[in-house]
Amino acid sequence: MTAMKRVLSLLLFLLAGVALAQDTAPDVMVKGITVDVLNIIKKDKDIQAGNPKKIAEVVETRILPHFDFARMTQIAVAVNWRKATPEQKKALTEEFKTLLVRTYSNALTLYRDQTVDFKPLHMKAGDTDVTVRSEIRQKSAQPVTLDYDMEKTASGWKVYDVKVGGVSLITNYREDFAAQVRESGIDGLIKALVSKNRGTGAGRA
Amino acid sequence: MAALLAGSAAGCATVGGSSRDPLEPVNRAVFSFNEKFDQVLLKPVAQGYRAVLPELVRTGASNFFANIEDLWIAANNLLQGKVENSLQDVMRVAINTVFGLGGVIDVATDAGLEKHNEDFGQTLGRWGFGTGPYIVLPFLGPSDLRDGIGLLGFDAAADPVWNLDHVATRNAVYAERAVNNRANALDAVKVMEEAALDKYRFVRDSYLQRRRSLVFDGNPPRGPEAPE
Repeated sequence: MTAMKRVLSLLLFLLAGVALAQDTAPDVMVKGITVDVLNIIKKDKDIQAGNPKKIAEVVETRILPHFDFARMTQIAVAVNWRKATPEQKKALTEEFKTLLVRTYSNALTLYRDQTVDFKPLHMKAGDTDVTVRSEIRQKSAQPVTLDYDMEKTASGWKVYDVKVGGVSLITNYREDFAAQVRESGIDGLIKALVSKNRGTGAGRA
Repeated sequence: MAALLAGSAAGCATVGGSSRDPLEPVNRAVFSFNEKFDQVLLKPVAQGYRAVLPELVRTGASNFFANIEDLWIAANNLLQGKVENSLQDVMRVAINTVFGLGGVIDVATDAGLEKHNEDFGQTLGRWGFGTGPYIVLPFLGPSDLRDGIGLLGFDAAADPVWNLDHVATRNAVYAERAVNNRANALDAVKVMEEAALDKYRFVRDSYLQRRRSLVFDGNPPRGPEAPE
């Protein structure tokens, strides 16, 4: 009986832990991930040397789970999302995800000895959409702001846009995607993403 | 000039393509030219520069140019009514010039005096002028009507390098600064090239967003479009 009780309380404790993770404030979450990832990079000589496999692994296991790629794709594809078939939507989300992971991995290889400062989060109780602001500081260069737009979902807070120095990644892609669709339709956009991801798409000059 | 800016802002609502970029065909041509120039000359030189010179020297050069730029930044902060920031910029110049070996070492930042990013295009934006159409300048790259006027009409006039009397020295220092800037941007440009489907659009939209963010010192009002 006592053993049963112990197991039960352990279960409850674990469940509470899970609930706690979901309730983690968005800025605490981003800060945790940042510290985590930077520690991994600092310790790993292969990553510092630019080993693409290892970097992709860090991005996939540590960063990816906190991004809402479906939402990001929807925002980027904008009005054309409604016109896309379910298969097209699936392909768009997959290819866009691959592209973002690659972009993120490329950016991570540039990490040297920068430090990241987080600004106080302005968030009211009940807010489900916030911006977590941080600043990358480096010696002898102006700090670069890095902001994360986040939304509260059933599975915790998820990032749906990243702004570097005030430049939103998703807004950039929105214009780029809209123009691709205008020129060659949704299938044309998918084709462009696929060839970009395979490293064959030089894009238009 | 005000009328020119206002007129251009009103006249840039076109159907199809980006409403901010009515000159896209011309811009694309200039963009291609700049890309070629970069590929053939500027980028290789910047790569060589980075490979040959130790980081310490390149940082020193960056700091030196940043220091002589701070006075103009101070003036622009003052023009925008940001007196405290302006005084900070003047302090930065004084400290870095005296204690930072003429600006080669950025001691002011370590002392807690943060560097600001200002120019006359931003000042015009702060005063309420719209950007006007997006313009790609030969050699100088992405700009818009407002920022182009700021850059060529005011920033250049206030630029100590451009005002050097000895022409050969002026050209040499100007070239060194351009190469140093390009060397600093090598990594970022590579990430951007890998990210973009169409580099022209990606650069354009990054530029427009970045400038809007700078005009509002990193806190632009929410909403996708800049005030026109």
